Amino acid sequence: MFGGLIARNMNPALEASKTNADDLTSYEKFIRLKEKVIESLLFLAALFSITITLGIFGILVYESLAFFSHVSLIEFLTDTLWTPLFSPPRFGILPLVTGTLVTTAVALIVALPIGSVVAIYLSEFSPRVVREVLKPVLELLSAVPTVVYGYFALLFVSPLLQKIVPDLPTFNMLSAGIVMGIMIIPYVSSLSEDAMRAVPMSLRESSYALGANRIITALKVVYPAAFSGIVASYILAISRALGETMIVAIAAGMQPNLTLDPREPAATITAFIVQVSLGDLPHGSIGYQSIFAAGLTLFLMTLVFNVIGFYLKRKYREAY
Amino acid sequence: MDSFSERETLATEKIKAEVRRLNFYYGSKQALKNINLRFAENKVTAIIGPSGCGKSTLLRCLNRIHDLYPDIRYEGEIILYPSLINIISPKVDPLEMRMRVGMVFQKPTVFPKSIFENVAFGLRLQGEKSKSVIEGKVEKALKMAFLWEEVKDRLHRSAYDLSGGQQQRLCIARVLATRPEILLFDEPTSALDPTATAKIEELIVSLKEKITVIIVTHNMQQAARISDYTAFMYLGELIEFDRTAKIFQNPSEKLTEDYITGNFG
Repeated sequence: MFGGLIARNMNPALEASKTNADDLTSYEKFIRLKEKVIESLLFLAALFSITITLGIFGILVYESLAFFSHVSLIEFLTDTLWTPLFSPPRFGILPLVTGTLVTTAVALIVALPIGSVVAIYLSEFSPRVVREVLKPVLELLSAVPTVVYGYFALLFVSPLLQKIVPDLPTFNMLSAGIVMGIMIIPYVSSLSEDAMRAVPMSLRESSYALGANRIITALKVVYPAAFSGIVASYILAISRALGETMIVAIAAGMQPNLTLDPREPAATITAFIVQVSLGDLPHGSIGYQSIFAAGLTLFLMTLVFNVIGFYLKRKYREAY
Repeated sequence: MDSFSERETLATEKIKAEVRRLNFYYGSKQALKNINLRFAENKVTAIIGPSGCGKSTLLRCLNRIHDLYPDIRYEGEIILYPSLINIISPKVDPLEMRMRVGMVFQKPTVFPKSIFENVAFGLRLQGEKSKSVIEGKVEKALKMAFLWEEVKDRLHRSAYDLSGGQQQRLCIARVLATRPEILLFDEPTSALDPTATAKIEELIVSLKEKITVIIVTHNMQQAARISDYTAFMYLGELIEFDRTAKIFQNPSEKLTEDYITGNFG
């Protein structure tokens, strides 16, 4: 079906050779058929993932439309209170957005510098043996279940921070953000390291040949040359932090709170969704629909960051 | 090789660098075997030979770029005149050596920076801070590399916007800016088209007024066109060294003749 159609349109060579199809032996016909079947299967596989993404987006939009027939977009975007389960319910998404942005920002402040430094070390300085041990061990950080991180933030990091930061509540965005940052370090370090190692050796040699040492070569030549790939790792880290649920649901508190102060408790979009999904709100109620509006907001935020990342990636792509 | 004839060949030249009894090892594999060779000042010396003969390995000894990799070992001496420094002595700082012996690579290796910053890179490494000094030296280097006219209006654009031949000339300007005593070329035109190659060759010949040039090349016509002296290497050994005209017209060694006439390699 689709596969065959696309394949025919996109492959003029195949199209042209069809004119003398009569000359083909049955074996050649069989080979061609086989090629086409394989091509169609591959196309279906690609179609499958796109369909699912579109499906999710479709459901988000559909349910959100129902939500927005009760709540105006203006109220949704400007009201400063998010209390969909109280009466009277208020539907301002801002407190959830700030909660999400603040925890994400804290996580990035931890993960981007540490991840980049680790990547530079692994790619440019560490002996091979060290890299081969350290890289998989670091990658284990992202294999730890996030619920474990959540309790680590709540029961270990928060009490620790309370000794430094006066009057820090047990639930706060700071500890959730820090632990989330630790979790995404390997996303940054692993991908950035791959990007830096892909920089051709001749570029490093040119830098050394001018009398540069290792640190200057790493920072002034290799890092900028790999920047396109490094940006990709940063974007992945941002998306991961925006969408992280368990850690913030456990450690950041679940009260929507319009603040930019990381020391305060707050709810993120994801934490709210999990909270409502776990409750027993009836289908079709406004509270139930509100999680789709929140989900759509998160989807669009992630999309914006991905588009920015895509642009930066293209801007800095270098042909070595 | 008969060292007497080598002395005679270079009798009238001032010597810039001298390789003495040089052995070089990658791990346990010996890549250079007892190389004795002198490079004349303000002349172009070409090193030719089939792939794997050790010509690039020899070139890379001269600025210690081998030091970046583990498991390598030098034996012997490479003396730089007139300062009489042994380039490959462990006591000598390789970073300083590389500032004095510049290198241009096979493929253009421009840095992800502007044209100006590429040329200024080495100057900044040398600790030059003054903006006007850097600007002056960048302009001078670009002029020496025949690139100034083509780029003077877009010095702050990305170096990746240049063509392959321009990029290679930018790499040459980048090295020239730091005023090295010797300039090493490792097959500098193998990635370029004939027009760009001709321009680089012309540039190399013009450079020898100010600098000593050593070039490794696969292209024998190129060696014949631009060099004053030619060394022929085979399997890690120096087979013959002489004036370029002599090597290409009347080589002393059978092996050299076979290589020049295309009987092998």
